[in-house]
Amino acid sequence: MTDIATYNFAYLDEQTKRMIRRAILKGIAIPGYQVPFASREMPMPYGWGTGGVQVTASIIGPDDVLKVIDQGADDTTNAVSIRAFFKKVANVAVTTETATATIIQTRHRIPEHPLNAGQVLVFQVPIPEPLRFLEPRETETRKMHALEEYGLMHVKLYEDIARHGRIATTYAYPVKVEGRYVMDPSPTPKFDNPKMHRSPALQLFGAGREKRIYAVPPLTDVVSLDFEDHPFEVQTFDQPCALCGAENVYLDEVILDDHGGHMFVCSDTDHCEKRREDGHHGHLAAETNLASGKTEPAE
Amino acid sequence: MATPLVVSDVAKSFTMHLRDGVTLPVVAGVSFSIRAGECAVLGGPSGAGKSSILKMLYGNYAVDEGQIIVQHGGGLIDLASASPRTVLSVRRHTIGYVSQFLRTVPRVSALDVVAEPLVERGEDRDSARAKARSLLQQLNLPEKLWALPPATFSGGEQQRVNIARGFITEHPILLLDEPTASLDARNRDVVVELIAAKKAAGVALLGIFHDLDVRDAAADRVIDVTAFAAGKIAA
Amino acid sequence: MTDEPLLRVSALSKFYGSRVGCENVTFDLWPGEVLAVVGESGSGKTTLLNCLSTRLLPSSGTASYRMRDGQWRELYRMSEAERRFLMRTDWGFVHQNPADGLRMTVSAGANVGERLMAVGDRHYGKIRATAVDWLSRVEIDEDRIDDEPRAFSGGMRQRLQIARNLVTGPRLVFMDEPTGGLDVSVQARLLDLLRGLVTDLGLAAIVVTHDLAVARLLSQRMMVMKDGRVVESGLTDRVLDDPRAPYTQLLVSSILQV
Repeated sequence: MTDIATYNFAYLDEQTKRMIRRAILKGIAIPGYQVPFASREMPMPYGWGTGGVQVTASIIGPDDVLKVIDQGADDTTNAVSIRAFFKKVANVAVTTETATATIIQTRHRIPEHPLNAGQVLVFQVPIPEPLRFLEPRETETRKMHALEEYGLMHVKLYEDIARHGRIATTYAYPVKVEGRYVMDPSPTPKFDNPKMHRSPALQLFGAGREKRIYAVPPLTDVVSLDFEDHPFEVQTFDQPCALCGAENVYLDEVILDDHGGHMFVCSDTDHCEKRREDGHHGHLAAETNLASGKTEPAE
Repeated sequence: MATPLVVSDVAKSFTMHLRDGVTLPVVAGVSFSIRAGECAVLGGPSGAGKSSILKMLYGNYAVDEGQIIVQHGGGLIDLASASPRTVLSVRRHTIGYVSQFLRTVPRVSALDVVAEPLVERGEDRDSARAKARSLLQQLNLPEKLWALPPATFSGGEQQRVNIARGFITEHPILLLDEPTASLDARNRDVVVELIAAKKAAGVALLGIFHDLDVRDAAADRVIDVTAFAAGKIAA
Repeated sequence: MTDEPLLRVSALSKFYGSRVGCENVTFDLWPGEVLAVVGESGSGKTTLLNCLSTRLLPSSGTASYRMRDGQWRELYRMSEAERRFLMRTDWGFVHQNPADGLRMTVSAGANVGERLMAVGDRHYGKIRATAVDWLSRVEIDEDRIDDEPRAFSGGMRQRLQIARNLVTGPRLVFMDEPTGGLDVSVQARLLDLLRGLVTDLGLAAIVVTHDLAVARLLSQRMMVMKDGRVVESGLTDRVLDDPRAPYTQLLVSSILQV
């Protein structure tokens, strides 16, 4: 404890946390609207989730239980580091279990296990502006949001269909929030878009480098943009998870050897482990034996 | 008898600002009228102002003084002081003009060049084209030319397209600026017939014809423009 | 045929500090009428066009526009949202440089379809069919629909820009030197196309140009500007055939005869 005595609880000073909380509250009050905030330097590089970390740091309390995932996994460098960071600077309990967590910071996935009221999902966002690649001027994109001029968003989808015969955007798929603001759901696969719609959990988005926070309050409409004759569809997989046999989940391809061997497994590692504990098995399950999910209490 | 066009005391001069503002008087005290069913001709030597008078009557030249009263849309308007919008309306509905030269439009067929004034007045394209065909036939323009833009036609062919374009509408007043200049005898006769038909239909015609045969055949009377020479009035 | 104008401009002035952009410009524009604004660079014609299209706010004066519902609205008192909506539905703006009016990195079809999508069209098939139709009206081959305008010639780009503007059936189109920067033969084709579209669609247009031949071919009325002021106005053929103001006489006499 003594070696972190120089840090305030959850790293950020109280003034900064208040400023960020105000931005969050404003974001919740105007679902999907990008609220500018004075993003701080964090002890990690931009691109590692500094936006999400600042949001988490501002809302976390001593009794919270934190889960951090990176592309669905609890055990990648990014997830492990951020989890360790908060364990150290806030001394909170951490977990890999979706159901146990009160705050889940995520990079590019929404857990498969349904979220509940009271849980907060914190997204790390690289580029918050969905119109950015079509309209480079920030002054113009802000005006477009203000005036609800979203024709351009459909131009992007039109281009997809013209080029690929279908809407080929598979991640960062634009959504309209509560019938008003068009929002980038961060680079999550579009597979997860339906989970955002009327989710009982609070969803917060932090972009550290771009200095923007936005939010989707619980039970808010989140509708993926599409055309009448090209409706929104999620990805489907033609085989179940190789480890737990789960269907209708998002799968990652894992390369097994240098000879083209590969398997498709749950991207959500916690979900996969829980299913195997419950006795579900995929066709490659016997060959691997992963550690089960666990919660580490605060010290 | 109706008098759809009355010109009174019209004067016109050009001020040449690029030559120290020197003023060139053209005509003054121009006064005449044309009755419905009559064809009058402006007579006088070159430079007497015949063309300028015709252009003032079409709103193409500004008028310095005087009035040009035209029966238009059930009322009388003064073309000399009318707004551009009124002049455009007069051109569309009341005064037609057959100029000496065809201002060709690239890529538009001869048939459509002729039909265009009718289409502009709201007639449907098919019936306008039918009328255009019959006029071009009457003027002996070879049928193989109808679908071609007139830009490459000979002078006589272009002029016949121009005449057809001018005669196709039912304007109550028709101005003719040497429409027969480059026509052969046979087609000059056709123009005389067309003028006679317009007169019979009650159109008031005013023309400039250098060709004496046509003038004698078509004109009811000659208006001597030398009487309006600007110097005379001033003197 | 209505007897009411579409646009009423009264005593419009724009000053840049003490410098005059345009001063005391007054005119009415009727539906289906094409007005040419001619003058040299710096005469204020582009400033006037930008004020009228609300891209620039004037220093004084008013401009009223008759909306589709027949209501008169003062342009400079409308909210930005209303002005922008007008701009992409009932108005068009054809820039001299097509790159200013097109999205160069999206396909020709999307360039044409954008305005449709902006007003809520959500049927890909219909949007594409409309785009195909408009490309053919501006004489661009259907098989270029998925190409980006970057791959188009200058004349094609300009025609694409015109299609993009006209797809929503605007009643008023602003054009800033629409044929500037094009080869003469390409200019002729574009003018011819514009002339046909304007007549067929009954468009009102305000065309800024320094080229009197363009004014003659496209417009019924014209205004000649010098040093920010209108020095002469009237029927296009009257102004060109019987120019009255010293400056207009200079302009007309400066045309090269071929």
